[in-house]
Amino acid sequence: MTKDSTANATATSTPDAVAANRPLLKVEDLYLYFGTSFGQVRAVEGVSFELAPGRSLAIIGESGCGKTSLTRGILRLLPQNVSKFTGRVYLNGLDVMQLSDEQFRKQIRWINMSLVPQAALNSLNPVVKVGQQVIEPLLIHDQATKEEAMERAKEVFRIVGIPEAFLDRYPFELSGGMRQRAIIAMALVANPVLIVLDEPTSALDVLTQANIMNALKKIKQDLQLTYILITHDVAISSELADEVLCMYAGQVVEHSSAYRFYREPLHPYAQKLMASVPSLREEKQPDFITGQPPSLFNPPKGCRFAERCHKRFERCDEEPPLFAVGEDLVRCWLYERS
Amino acid sequence: MQSVKQRVEEQPQAAEKQEEYLLQVSNLRTWFELKRFGLFHAGYVKALDGVSFNLKYGDTITVVGESGSGKTTLLRTILGLAQSTGGEMIFAGKKIDKRKDLSWLHRQVGFVQQDPYGALPPFMTIRQILREPMIINGVPKEEQERRVREVLEEVRLLPVDDFLNKYPHMLSGGQQQRVVIARAIVLNPKLIVADEPVSMLDASMRVEILELMRKIQEDHGMSVIYITHDLSSVRYFSEYVFIMYAAKLVEKTDVESVVKNPLHPYTQVLLNAIPDPDPDNVHRFKEVPPGEPPSLINPPTGCRFHPRCHRFIEGLCDVEEPPAFEPRPGHFVECWLYK
Repeated sequence: MTKDSTANATATSTPDAVAANRPLLKVEDLYLYFGTSFGQVRAVEGVSFELAPGRSLAIIGESGCGKTSLTRGILRLLPQNVSKFTGRVYLNGLDVMQLSDEQFRKQIRWINMSLVPQAALNSLNPVVKVGQQVIEPLLIHDQATKEEAMERAKEVFRIVGIPEAFLDRYPFELSGGMRQRAIIAMALVANPVLIVLDEPTSALDVLTQANIMNALKKIKQDLQLTYILITHDVAISSELADEVLCMYAGQVVEHSSAYRFYREPLHPYAQKLMASVPSLREEKQPDFITGQPPSLFNPPKGCRFAERCHKRFERCDEEPPLFAVGEDLVRCWLYERS
Repeated sequence: MQSVKQRVEEQPQAAEKQEEYLLQVSNLRTWFELKRFGLFHAGYVKALDGVSFNLKYGDTITVVGESGSGKTTLLRTILGLAQSTGGEMIFAGKKIDKRKDLSWLHRQVGFVQQDPYGALPPFMTIRQILREPMIINGVPKEEQERRVREVLEEVRLLPVDDFLNKYPHMLSGGQQQRVVIARAIVLNPKLIVADEPVSMLDASMRVEILELMRKIQEDHGMSVIYITHDLSSVRYFSEYVFIMYAAKLVEKTDVESVVKNPLHPYTQVLLNAIPDPDPDNVHRFKEVPPGEPPSLINPPTGCRFHPRCHRFIEGLCDVEEPPAFEPRPGHFVECWLYK
């Protein structure tokens, strides 16, 4: 089954979804808890968002805020100790949470959604040639014969900017930037509509980073892809983001357009986060956020950021809902009236 | 604290305060030999090839470079962990060339590692970790406990009693890095070398740790050599920046000049590539030089950046290696454009 027929099948299965500005990905009230011997880790709590096709969403937040868990939940790449996993995820109008694991694997993962994992540099198998690894998804999903798959691999290598000859090499013969590109090629090979990039450049040098970002931008323009970019590096996220989802302690605290977020973020946490970014060109003293994020075993009642917040007031003892400010959403009592 | 200081200073007669420079490095070279076949060998990895600089008492230097540019080798050579194969190193007026000088040197230099979790032994408590260097260097027992508390206060792991008996895994990444810093300063060194001390930490915490290191450095008048690949954090931390490319220091100057007026073409592209958080970035492509840093086994002739340089002068840049020019006082650059 090719990607196009899957997409058609999903579209026909949900007649109510109107094709024009229907979101490509819609997440509703996603909860993801992990059970450990110390108790439950509430990694993702009630996350909802929509993403239109061709847009890219940056998910930012400190380590341990649940950004990786969220995308693992969307892709259903979960460890065994999941104790609660509820909510709805619609891809092109199809509720993928209703699918069995096997159906999800066959129809969705890598065919429609693919992942560029964290530490992608080390995710290649050292004893298998790069080309073999790149075509593997196609062979597993019976999408092509080996020869066709090799042709496709050459095509994606051209797209990401690696000479074709490298298909025949082993990972250790490639530089860090090349390996990263090979992983991106692997994510592209089955022609998905959505790619999740989990810290795609965190282990790379500045110049290589800029190079990869250029490649990703070009791929997005040419192939009309939708990206979800996970990163803790605010400056890097601005390279790809059309909109920004800021997470704190398992919750979404702000979901705004890139213009709002990088210029005047709404939530006090987002403001502090922006202020902590050292800038090379501007004369400003970077700020830092005092204290630690709360434990996810037993998150505080009320606003989770209240303890570290510089704008705290009485209302903060109660948990704030998401308030709409124009097009954007923010979880903070300061915006109650607007 | 006094006695720690005395102990550190008693051995070398050469450590005179009137010396202007704490560390003078000239033409330092560290080549690693490749595999040997009988009498022949496959060549050298020239990880450090003719590096010179001077570090004054109480100054901080940042060395910026890509991975594989030799910045960690520079640091390891200064620490004596890698054997230099040429050049000269003078520390506090004393020439370091024999192995026995190293044990003396190690007492004068504190090391802050990159990955705090990997740098702290998991089976030792914070107290044991901080006492270890003092036990090795024969600081009296009563003194040790006092000093442990003192450094923990200094890195602001408060209240101290909460931390003394903890194991590294019980601390957060930022706290672990503070322990690493505490261990580096426990013997009151004259120099701290820090190898990407914040690259493993969250962005919101980096500035905090850098400011802490800055404060400790200023309080004690220590010198610091700080290694990073992140140019944007540099201006909050040090006065001088050295840009390293392919085993050479291509530009040496103060922070302001590097940011406002970079001279070497490599420094210019490096600065260009650093993103600022700006929503318009989405619509722009960055200018990146073609190719990748050269192999250090067989570096290009002449200037090492010339195959990637957009201002390359044929017949000069690819033939002759540029010496350090000084187009502005105190601003050194190894590039023929400034002849």
